[in-house]
Amino acid sequence: MENLLYIALFAPLVSSLFAALFAQSQKNLLVGIVASLLIGVSFVASATLLLELAQNPKAIHANLMDWIVVGDMDVRFGFTVDQVTAVMMTVVTLVSTVVHIYSNYYMEHDRSYNRFFSYLSAFVFSMMVLVMSDNFLGLFIGWEGVGVCSWLLVGFWYHKKDETRDVNPSISPSWAANEAFIMNRIADLGLLVGIFMIYWNLGTLRYEEVFAHLDQLSHGLMVAIGIALFIGAMGKSAQFPLHTWLADAMEGPTPVSALIHAATMVTAGVYLVIRANPLYSTIPEVGYGIAVLGTFVAIFAASMALVNRDLKRVIAYSTLSQLGYMFAAAGLGAYWVALFHLAAHAFFKALLFLGAGNVMHAMHDELDMFKMGGLKKEMGKTFLYMGLASLALSGIYPLAGFFSKDTILEVAFNEHTYGIWFVLWLTAGMTAFYSFRQVFLVFLGDERYKKYGIHPHEAYNWVFIALAPLAILAVIFGFWKEEFMHFATQMLPVYEMSEHTHHMVWILIIVTTAIAVSGILLAYFKYAKGLKRDPKVENSFAYRLLSNQYYIPILYENAVSKPYADLSNIAWQAIDMKVVDATVDGIAKTIEKGGDVSRQAQDGNLSSYLKWLTAGLILVTLIAVASVAIK
Amino acid sequence: MTLTLTHYLVLSAILFAIGIAGVVRRKNLLMLFFATEIMLNAANIAFAAISAYIGDLSGQLFALFIIAIAASEVAVGLGLLILIYKKYGTLDLDKFTVMKG
Repeated sequence: MENLLYIALFAPLVSSLFAALFAQSQKNLLVGIVASLLIGVSFVASATLLLELAQNPKAIHANLMDWIVVGDMDVRFGFTVDQVTAVMMTVVTLVSTVVHIYSNYYMEHDRSYNRFFSYLSAFVFSMMVLVMSDNFLGLFIGWEGVGVCSWLLVGFWYHKKDETRDVNPSISPSWAANEAFIMNRIADLGLLVGIFMIYWNLGTLRYEEVFAHLDQLSHGLMVAIGIALFIGAMGKSAQFPLHTWLADAMEGPTPVSALIHAATMVTAGVYLVIRANPLYSTIPEVGYGIAVLGTFVAIFAASMALVNRDLKRVIAYSTLSQLGYMFAAAGLGAYWVALFHLAAHAFFKALLFLGAGNVMHAMHDELDMFKMGGLKKEMGKTFLYMGLASLALSGIYPLAGFFSKDTILEVAFNEHTYGIWFVLWLTAGMTAFYSFRQVFLVFLGDERYKKYGIHPHEAYNWVFIALAPLAILAVIFGFWKEEFMHFATQMLPVYEMSEHTHHMVWILIIVTTAIAVSGILLAYFKYAKGLKRDPKVENSFAYRLLSNQYYIPILYENAVSKPYADLSNIAWQAIDMKVVDATVDGIAKTIEKGGDVSRQAQDGNLSSYLKWLTAGLILVTLIAVASVAIK
Repeated sequence: MTLTLTHYLVLSAILFAIGIAGVVRRKNLLMLFFATEIMLNAANIAFAAISAYIGDLSGQLFALFIIAIAASEVAVGLGLLILIYKKYGTLDLDKFTVMKG
């Protein structure tokens, strides 16, 4: 079993290093094939571990080596596979395998094809470290690793020039990459502080030991740790107010958006909360705060998706919104439901993104949905896949999203937090509307792209075969809800619905489905027949507020970035240059000047040497006389 | 008025000062030699006077040694001077700047 664990963990690393060997050379198809195969190997190993755990529910531990053993501190490169980890590993490697294969198509003509696979596999390795580590420090290493890979991949086309916000809201790939990295750094400080507090008070970082000794902590301390860890989760999972980077991260290649910024990395925050469930269960007030924030983000992000014209940004906002759902479930104590939605969301969201990648290729990297339309004729298969994914996202029976999202709503209802339930219910309707607004704008209606002289073409057939696992899972995953619950609750707390909720379930399902269907119908009537733009609506305050992301990026730029840049300029020009540098330069200049002056003494003239000699003699004599006189 | 130790020491100091002034001011190597001889003899006077004053002969003995050494030094030094004059055709100190840094 340990060997399987190591294979699952290190196959992506081998893949990354192999691809890195060819990083400087011409595109080599072998790189893509070998990388995809190795990630596939990792998936097979993960899935085997998952099945093994299903039969024999005993977590597998492996200790690779000592890492930091200093005094009382003992941190090891320890890995564990329990139910939560196994689910995460399987989801991550499955989506990664599909994305790797898909990247062979998407990056086909990119001159940095080999480099791309190296980064992508490195990301999978970091993600595996993150989910498999049995201690907080290993998690942090993986956490930073995925951050670096995200930076590398968002900024993959770093050579693109900066643009103004009106032309491109993300400015440029390298700008977006830096934004993502810096925002995550801010949040990582919170995570780090949480880890410090855990070690300081418990003397260990291993999950098992930490969670076994939680009763040694005072309540206030637990609240502080819970909040600090959640701040870390907020950064990685792009929760308000650290959410702006996720939409800008869409500057990266689409497979990256699918893998990192939809299916896996952004769910790391949810994973952290799920992993730390013994902690959050004892501090329900923090959990409630998480649920409220998650709910807010769900509707906040969904509202921005309503009006956006950018194909990928709509999906990014929807990811943000779905992460809000996950946090709402986790915050309310239904950890397995959060994990279930995480897995289901990974499948249909990756599918949605990869479908969008097909559309982008067909449209020659045009992202404005108002310039598309009627693509169904040319791209029937993509339409089918994206339609399926959108149905799953909207929560229509019998697709995966129906089961997971509905359970979250039931949980909110069961907790008597009707406010949360209502907002999430409303968001479900908005989700359905914007998902199908997108589908209809792209695939139905008038063929607006013809005006721009674009000739769309469908992707290769093997691409759709590669995407099939995601499509199948997006359809059938929901039916495994019972099995999933039994499996996950061996590790996570059982969540019981009350009798009252049981009676209400059918009503809840009908109400939720009703708003989802009406969202789809509204989108159909508005957009399926062709695009009719209404300048009055588009110039209204609400529309502009939403399409400018509530002006938050501009606010951040003016309220944070610019003052900070000014402060940095002052620190640089006034403090660093005029005080620090000036002191150092001053010392050097004094010595140099002194040398320059005293060099004159060495004029080679015997006469002047004699003068110096005499002067010295007189000086010494005077000192001797003076010292005698003072005595 | 009898000659006391002070008179001898003052004379020695004056001679030494004259010697120093010569060393500092003169540019001719030969004159420098004279100046150093004056300084050496100033020291001799001080040695001899103090020796007589405290009744210890070793001071006068030192003076004799200094005279002997000064004589041999002058012999070697004058020889070098002649060689320098033959090579450069001058004894002006300002002309010798081979060691300029």
